[in-house]
Amino acid sequence: METDWIMGLVGGLVIGLAASLYLLGNGRIMGASGIIGGLIDKSGWSSAADRIVFLIGLILAPSMYIFIFDIEADTKATTNIIILILAGLLVGIGTRLANGCTSGHGVCGISRLSIRGMTSTIFYIVAGVVSVFLLRNLWGAI
Amino acid sequence: MKRLVAFVAGSLFGIGLLLSGMTDTSKVQGWLDLFGNWDPTLAFVMGGAMIPMFIAWKFTEGRKPIYAENFPARNQSKVDRDLILGSVLFGVGWGLAGLCPGPAIASLGFGGAQSALFVLSMLVGMWLTPSIRFRISNSLAT
Repeated sequence: METDWIMGLVGGLVIGLAASLYLLGNGRIMGASGIIGGLIDKSGWSSAADRIVFLIGLILAPSMYIFIFDIEADTKATTNIIILILAGLLVGIGTRLANGCTSGHGVCGISRLSIRGMTSTIFYIVAGVVSVFLLRNLWGAI
Repeated sequence: MKRLVAFVAGSLFGIGLLLSGMTDTSKVQGWLDLFGNWDPTLAFVMGGAMIPMFIAWKFTEGRKPIYAENFPARNQSKVDRDLILGSVLFGVGWGLAGLCPGPAIASLGFGGAQSALFVLSMLVGMWLTPSIRFRISNSLAT
């Protein structure tokens, strides 16, 4: 649809606002993989409460929004269990090894002109393009 | 107050992801489908999110966060093996399922079993990462 890019821009600005608030208020980088990963491997337990509260908001708010405004929402995710598990494992291991994901390295890193953030973003986008290309053209699974 | 900031930031992040269409895996995979039916939305989301963040980073210069002592220091490590390897693994998983950590968590409330299975696998991956990291450095040292 033609309006998709407008909603993308509006949603993006809201994401940027959230990241700015987290940075200027709490002095922290809003990276999804870091916030939850720090709870999993104990590296972030000193700020556990802030992380948990952030995640509660992240889970509750979209569902509340869908309920209140009665909109359709569907992830359209694959139902292939093997792909979901494999993809989840790769995303979990990859983001922790790289120390960031689309929000941390992408949004927060690039806007800080961080070489690490830009490098990571180039590599995960190229890998993602290759992954989708192979899946669509060789496997035909999605 | 730190908790409130974290909750509001998490909530805004989730709503931004929903509005922008990033919880829709077909839009994410469509953006990565460079050689197919390319969907430009994700570029607008990333661009939109970077505008407030770019200003926020400028604003941090010579200031302190409101509810913390310091702004996050730049990661001093150079682009290293873990950053590249992790980003590639993450990118492959991102392409396979069309989900990255933020949208995956944000869709837990409405994404059904697919979101739950993906997030669970991602958490397992994050949990395994410290030992994987240890093994990579050991195998290279010997």
